[in-house]
Amino acid sequence: MNEKMNIDVQIQRGDTENESTIETYNVDVDKKMVVLDALHEIQAFQVPDLAVRWNCKAGKCGSCSAEVNGKPRLMCMSKLTDYDLSEPLVIKPMKSFPLIKDLVTDVKWNYEVNKKIKPYSHPNGEEYHTMFQEEVDRVQEFRKCIECFLCQDVCHVLRSHNRRDAFSGPRFLLRLASLEMHPLDTLDRVPEIKQDFGIGYCNITKCCTEVCPEEIPITDEAIIALKERVVDRYYDPVSMFVRKLFVRN
Amino acid sequence: MKYNIEEEYESIEKHDYDVLVIGAGGAGLRAAIEAGRAGAKVGIVTKSLLGKAHTVMAEGGAAAALGMADDRDSWKVHFRDTMRGGKLHGDWRMAEIHAKEAPDRILELERWGAVFDRTKDGKINQRNFGGHRFPRLAHVGDRTGLELIRTLQDKVVHEENVHIHMELTITNLLVENNSIVGAFGYQRDDGKFFLFNSKSIILATGGIGKSYKITSNSWEYTGDGHSMAFDIGAELMDMEFIQFHPTGMVYPSSVKGILVTEGVRGEGGILRNSKGERFMFNYVPEMFSGEYAETPEEAERWLDGDREARRPPELLTRDVVARAILSEVKAGRGSPNGGAFLDISHRGADYVKKKLPSMYHQFKTLAGLDITKEPMEVGPTTHYIMGGIRVHPETQETNVNGLFAAGEVGAGLHGANRLGGNSLSDLIVFGKRAGEHAAKSAISKSDFKNPSKELVQDIIKEVLSPFDDDKTENPYEIHRDLQEIMGEYVGIIRSEEKLKEGLVKIRELEKRTEKSGCDGDRKYNPGWHEVLDLKRMITSSILFAEAALARKESRGAHTRDDYPNSEKDLTKTLYVLSRGDDGGIEVKEEFMGEIPAELAELIEVEY
Repeated sequence: MNEKMNIDVQIQRGDTENESTIETYNVDVDKKMVVLDALHEIQAFQVPDLAVRWNCKAGKCGSCSAEVNGKPRLMCMSKLTDYDLSEPLVIKPMKSFPLIKDLVTDVKWNYEVNKKIKPYSHPNGEEYHTMFQEEVDRVQEFRKCIECFLCQDVCHVLRSHNRRDAFSGPRFLLRLASLEMHPLDTLDRVPEIKQDFGIGYCNITKCCTEVCPEEIPITDEAIIALKERVVDRYYDPVSMFVRKLFVRN
Repeated sequence: MKYNIEEEYESIEKHDYDVLVIGAGGAGLRAAIEAGRAGAKVGIVTKSLLGKAHTVMAEGGAAAALGMADDRDSWKVHFRDTMRGGKLHGDWRMAEIHAKEAPDRILELERWGAVFDRTKDGKINQRNFGGHRFPRLAHVGDRTGLELIRTLQDKVVHEENVHIHMELTITNLLVENNSIVGAFGYQRDDGKFFLFNSKSIILATGGIGKSYKITSNSWEYTGDGHSMAFDIGAELMDMEFIQFHPTGMVYPSSVKGILVTEGVRGEGGILRNSKGERFMFNYVPEMFSGEYAETPEEAERWLDGDREARRPPELLTRDVVARAILSEVKAGRGSPNGGAFLDISHRGADYVKKKLPSMYHQFKTLAGLDITKEPMEVGPTTHYIMGGIRVHPETQETNVNGLFAAGEVGAGLHGANRLGGNSLSDLIVFGKRAGEHAAKSAISKSDFKNPSKELVQDIIKEVLSPFDDDKTENPYEIHRDLQEIMGEYVGIIRSEEKLKEGLVKIRELEKRTEKSGCDGDRKYNPGWHEVLDLKRMITSSILFAEAALARKESRGAHTRDDYPNSEKDLTKTLYVLSRGDDGGIEVKEEFMGEIPAELAELIEVEY
């Protein structure tokens, strides 16, 4: 019942020392395969050292992120039939991160940003704190993130303007939102969301939301909501007036 | 050899850690947190990125008798269910510790930021699962593993004493006079060698599924811990007990084996054959008779919350359900792609999408099927190994001084069959214990021991040998051959004849593996990794086959065509595998001893 076919796949190959080139591979595939399967076929019988990062092949770990025909995707969740296979399939690594080799990029920076976020802080005391489902629905939605970093890849602040120095990217604003909106977290995170993680740099183009394989409403539910909190705190006219008055006196 | 061994030896990067944790899944991370807190200097190495370990794929939940969804639950019932589910072959002390400590570990996760699904009164909601008498699984939709690993990950990065090495593969454990001295490995992105001097090592390397073609496991599951421990003289046990999860995807073929959570059945999913019959009513084993509904009407009342009604037979233990599906297929009543139909559509689209979002997404994307409207097609998939490294039930230490094991790579808790949900709780209960005791053991030792130059150089030679010109066999091809052989000869239904034939074939592959090699250089080279993985998979595959040959009965996940019954006399018999003086496998038959009367009584209680 499988339908075999023969396709061309163009893969970017290269590493830190050897400049990248696009190589074309011809491979027999089963139409029902996903893009990652096609790469594994090429790896097994043509290019044994083809570097591809992957783990679960079930859309749960977020390891096999790459750009397929120009679009950031999880390769394990991209069916071959989603593409026009009369043209070669073009696969490149995520552009926003330094290349290690072939389709594998160095995503360590993301882990460094994550470490800067203060951990969840539970209320003191021994008693059990209840939380109701409706209070945690939104936080749970944010916690669906599988850290594929596709949102980081596509965000123009990072991709085109390379502002890693000032902006944490959508993934970590999402994580900050999951903490800020956690019903029990005791920390005030608004100042660092503004200053350290640079929420002001996001101008709501929603590219991150579009590529999210978990379909998390990153912009609407997380980033805009955090922006509102920042605005309420720092730019609300009444409180600005009160603050000025306070400073003057 | 194209590399200069002396130069390689001189350029090794060295680290000293009191405790080295190998593996960064639930058990490894929990162990590292505990060891760090106990004052040890801790290193974690993971061959993937942090947060991508196999734990992330766990779906249904973590079992703990919190009694928040049903106040009739207690550690005693959890203990009983675990022992019964394991067909009375589990280590009772581990089952007792697990049942008693799991609730604290879950509450601790909540204090560290995990956000579980809630009950109406704002507590942790708990889900029904196979073999659990009461709703017991703390869960987050069907992505509980992600919640667990993310919580631990975000915790561990703030632990001062813990240092993390990502994408670093350990190839060898180093031992002298039966005491652990360290481990050797390489950084995957540049191929640089690392030597870790350690007083304690915790293996948290997970399982073995990649020896099989149809599996729910990720590429990492190559039996690294099992085979590395075997190589240095550790004892392994229960290696014949490999769990085939009853519900993996069977269609399309390229995704065959991907897990369909037991949560589908926990939420009321119904199994039917091609004739539309709800066949599980015909497969209730004697041990569980009286605990399961006898009619679809009773099952429905249970689903509606009637406490008097008994649970549907779809919630029998995994070994039973997997065999039932196989029997239906064998009798000619299978689904078009050789499985059974699993239907959840009667629960309504909104409910299904809320409680099983990734199942909805997975079928929609990969099979073009809407599970809120149509039944799924499912069949058994290699999922979990109950057996593994033999550990002390309290400390998780192995027979090798300073070597500990926790999580899937350890053995004992699950006996002959693991209950769903007991794996995530296993990770955090015994991960914590391993961390605590590994730290204690390390701190009590004064100095690091440096492994001999000769030993390290021998390892370097071995690890680099796949680059030699005469290594021409394709490791990817051998891997595929191994998977075919394991499915055919060491699969769900076994026999002496098949197992012996299988062993001969695996040994042939072992010879081919010695000649397998890789192209290119050492930078992020999956071909090189595949050769090294293959050696690990071959070793562990031989261990499963030998253990399966030794156990001449059927029990739990181990089914022998030629010995179809469970033998009472073998309930407490262990087959312990270790490396003999000649390098071969020694199989010892051991008796576990008698279970204390007060625990034995708990198993008999009917609820």
